[in-house]
Amino acid sequence: MTIAYVPLDSVAVAMEANAVAAQLAEAGATVIRNGSRGLAWLEPLIEVQDEKDRVAYGPVTPETVAELISDGVLHHQLIRHPLYIGSIENHDFLRSQHRLVFDRVGYDSPVDFPDPTDTLNALAMSPDALIDMIETSGLRGRGGAGFPAHIKWRTVRGTEAPAKYLVCNADEGDSGTFADRLLLEGDPFRLIEGMVIAGYATGAKLGIVYLRSEYPVAKTIFLQALEIARARNLIGRNVLGSDFDFDLELFVGAGAYICGEETSLLESLEGRRGQIRVKPPVPAISGLLSMPTLVHNVISFASVPAIVRLGGDAYRDLGVAPSSGTMSFQLAGNVKRGGLIEVPFGITLREMVEGYGQGTLSGRPFKTLQIGGPLGAYLSHQELDTPLTYEAMTDIGAGIGHGGLVIFDDTVDLAEQARYAFEFCELESCGKCTPCRIGSVRGKETMEQIIGGRATDREFNMIDDLCEVMDRTSLCQMGGMTPIPVRSAMERFQQDFRHRTKP
Amino acid sequence: MIEDDARTHILPHQHKLGGVIHALHDLMRVYGYIHEEHLPIVADVFNNSVAEVRGLVSFYEDFKTHIPAHTTIRVCQAEACQAVGSRQLTKELETFYRTELGHRGKDVELEAVYCLGLCASGPAIQFNDRLIAKASIEKLRVPG
Repeated sequence: MTIAYVPLDSVAVAMEANAVAAQLAEAGATVIRNGSRGLAWLEPLIEVQDEKDRVAYGPVTPETVAELISDGVLHHQLIRHPLYIGSIENHDFLRSQHRLVFDRVGYDSPVDFPDPTDTLNALAMSPDALIDMIETSGLRGRGGAGFPAHIKWRTVRGTEAPAKYLVCNADEGDSGTFADRLLLEGDPFRLIEGMVIAGYATGAKLGIVYLRSEYPVAKTIFLQALEIARARNLIGRNVLGSDFDFDLELFVGAGAYICGEETSLLESLEGRRGQIRVKPPVPAISGLLSMPTLVHNVISFASVPAIVRLGGDAYRDLGVAPSSGTMSFQLAGNVKRGGLIEVPFGITLREMVEGYGQGTLSGRPFKTLQIGGPLGAYLSHQELDTPLTYEAMTDIGAGIGHGGLVIFDDTVDLAEQARYAFEFCELESCGKCTPCRIGSVRGKETMEQIIGGRATDREFNMIDDLCEVMDRTSLCQMGGMTPIPVRSAMERFQQDFRHRTKP
Repeated sequence: MIEDDARTHILPHQHKLGGVIHALHDLMRVYGYIHEEHLPIVADVFNNSVAEVRGLVSFYEDFKTHIPAHTTIRVCQAEACQAVGSRQLTKELETFYRTELGHRGKDVELEAVYCLGLCASGPAIQFNDRLIAKASIEKLRVPG
C-alpha cells in the first residue's frame, strides 16, 4: 500500500492541493493530508511513502501530478524527474533549522493525537516550579512585544480572584507573518498542550483562542483538534488523570487588525467594538471580564512544551540571552524561497535573505526588507549583517515583532510604502485616541503631496511633527509605531522622497 | 416572519461570551448580510441599544449591510503582496471586471483584504471561498 502525503495548509490548498490529493487517491494511493513543512515555494509538496523511503516531489500541479502518476510515482521513485526532491528532511532549508515548536509539523495528519508526555511531566511539577522554569528559560512573548513571559505568569498566579483566564492571541494580522496559521493548521495540539500547562501553572481553568476570520482552514482543524483533545482528556475535567480541570474554546474574530492588540482583543471577546483599553491595569491583573488574564501569542504558548522537555537552562542556552530560545521567522514577499524558519535567535538578516531566501524572486537587486509587520522598520542592505536578536534590532531602530521579514526588490518606491503605512493606520485605527485617528489621515495626505511633487520643506517638517506626536501620545502601538516604517523609510531611502520636492 | 427566523439564529448565542459577535457571524452566514431589521432583534436579545449593535456592525469588516454580489473577490493589499505586484494585479482586476476596489460591479465585488496569510506565495486573493496563491488575471480567466 502506497501512502501519499498532500498538505492541507492554506498555501498548498491555494495552489490546488485538493485537486492533487483527489488525483492521487483516484490512482490508488492512501492519501494523508499533513501540515505544511513550511517550504512555501515548493507547495504543493507531496511525499510518497513506500516500504522504506518517504520521497518528496514539488511543487506539483494537477497537470504535473497526472504525469507523475502515469510515470509510476506510486510504484517506484522517479529519481530523474525534475520535481524529485528526495527526503525532505535532508533539504538544506529544513536541515539547518532547529525546530522545537514546529518539530512535529508536516509529518502526519495534524489531528493525530500526539504523545502527551510533556504535559504529563508538567502536571507532575508544582505550579511555582513551572513558573521558575519559564523564568530560567528566558521565554519572551513571541507576538511582538517580547515581554518576559514569567512576569505575566507570576502576576496571574499571584492575583487573588474568583476566576482566571488564558487568552491566546491568534489574530495574526501582520503582513508577512503566517507562523500561527502554519502551526494551527499543522499541529494544533502543540498550542493546546502549551495552554494546558500555562493554565495549570497560573491557576486558570478556561482558555480562549481568538482566531482571525481570515484563517478558515485553521478554524476547521483547530475545532477538530479540540474535540479530539476533549475525547482524549487533554482538556476537560481531571486533565490526563490529574486533579486539574481545564477547558478551551475558540472565538473567531470579525476582520479588525486592531484586535491583535491585547486590550482590543479582550473588548472584542466581550462582544464590543475592538477599541483599546487604557493600561494600567494590565490584563494579567484585570483582563477578560476584569479577571486576571494571561494573554499570549500562539507561538509563545506553543513554546512551553519544549521548555518542559528540555529544561529551562537548555532552552535559554539556545539563542543569545536575553534573546533566548528559538524564534519562528517567516520569510515573505519578493523572495525566491519563502517560508517558515525556526532557528535560535542570533542568525543574521543576510543568512535569512541570501541563505534561506536565496535573494529576490524577480531576480532583480534587493532594495529593502520590512521586519516585524506593517508597524516595522524598512531596513537597507547595509544592515543585513545585523543579528536577529531583540537587542540588536532595537539598536538599529527596528523590532523583530512577530518574526515576519518582507523582501522587496529595487522596483519598490519607499515613499509609496510610507504613504501606505499611514493609510493602513487610518484604515485600522480603532478611533479612540486622536493622534492615531487624525494623525494617520494627515500623514497620508502629506505623503501624497510629497509623492505628487508638490512638497516643500514644510511638508517634511509636518511629517516629522506628526510622527513625534503619534509616537509619544498614542494610546497603543497602532498609532505609536506607525512612525517606525515612515521614519525608517525616510532616513534610509531619502532619494525616494527628496527628488520630488519643488526646487 | 423574518423576525422569528432571525431570532432563531441569534438566540443560541445569548449567553455565550461575546455572543453578539457569534450571532452576527451567524446572520452573515445565513442571510449574506445584516438586514436593517436584524438590528433591533439583536439589540433585544443582548439587552443592548440599536446604536450599540450598529456600532459593532460598522466596526468589523466582516459584517456587511448590503446584499453581496454573486462573486466577491478579496484582493490582498498588504506589504508582502505589494512586493510581488498586488498593486498591478488590482489594476488589472479593476479593468477586467469593470469596477473599482471597494465597489460592486455588475456581478463582481472587488474587496480589499489585509493579509490572508499566504505571504510567501503572493499575490494572494480569495475568490468567494476559494484561496488563490500566486494569483494572476490568467488564473481567474480559467477558474479551476
